[in-house]
Amino acid sequence: MTPVEFTDTQVERYSRHIILPDVGGKGQMKLANARVLIIGAGGLGSPAAFYLAAAGIGTIGLVDGDVVDLSNLQRQILHTTADIGKPKVDSGRETLAALNPDVTIKTYRMNIDAGNILGILADYDLVLDGSDNFTTRYLVNDACFFAKTTLVSGSIFRFEGQLTVLKPNDGFPCYRCLYAEPPPAGLVPNCQEAGVLGVLAGTIGVLQAAEAIKEIVGFGTSLAGSMLLYDALEMTFRKTRIPKDPACPLCGPRPRIKDLSGDYTVSCSI
Amino acid sequence: MRITVNGEAREVTEGQSVAALLADLGIQAERVAVELNLKIVDRRAFTGTPLNDGDRVEVIGFIGGGRHDDDER
Repeated sequence: MTPVEFTDTQVERYSRHIILPDVGGKGQMKLANARVLIIGAGGLGSPAAFYLAAAGIGTIGLVDGDVVDLSNLQRQILHTTADIGKPKVDSGRETLAALNPDVTIKTYRMNIDAGNILGILADYDLVLDGSDNFTTRYLVNDACFFAKTTLVSGSIFRFEGQLTVLKPNDGFPCYRCLYAEPPPAGLVPNCQEAGVLGVLAGTIGVLQAAEAIKEIVGFGTSLAGSMLLYDALEMTFRKTRIPKDPACPLCGPRPRIKDLSGDYTVSCSI
Repeated sequence: MRITVNGEAREVTEGQSVAALLADLGIQAERVAVELNLKIVDRRAFTGTPLNDGDRVEVIGFIGGGRHDDDER
């Protein structure tokens, strides 16, 4: 469904956007027509989805195969205590629908894999990666490259967060330009170590939503070609330029990866 | 000689390699990407890449996400 004009209620709901010269009615309409896929309804996906729904994104897709666990609630704010045991995508849909009934919410209760990802991506204009493991992170990077879909990537670990926008088809780097391959098994931090400051998920997830909105409406400076590094212990943000790697195995001129048939499994066994 | 690491000035010995710098910083090489003067250094070349006066080095940690409930998998 493509809205052609806003109702009075919608004009009121989005008034603080509409009066922003960089957004306006035109920008708000772009948001209303946008389709954003969020990989993972967890720590990063929760705050991102909250703000994207509040912002009036037309269609939000949520992909997550997990059910809500008590230990998720320290950071995964789409879900409440009453949702424990419920699929995260169902809990997420209820929360977002209550916040903004304008938004169409599509749910995919599954773990994303090489067989299903491209079919899902075809229905979306932009992807937010809020996944919690390297297997998915590399798969999403590669699939978005092949689908020519902008990817807003966020990751968190202990007290550190990273954020970038990946648009390798527009001359900017992809995730593999920076990290060509996953680290060897046993040195994968997310498998070996534990703990994350809950609010850090909020910080990075909300910044992902901000970058997504900028990409959709088209204002400000894109984070494509740069990475934002956040250190919650020192309370510092650093932005560093990320170059496109001419030897990138995915988006370089002589790619080794030409489809999603490779092995994406990053082993956690030591 | 003086180089810049993550935006901060640092004195290192002449000809020190990227690998030696990471060791000095107490960083495990497998867990980071290293950018030298805005070019990504192939991790297999950390040992063979010497640093020069004025170099700008960015060390970017490899963090993948928040899966901390490893027993779920």
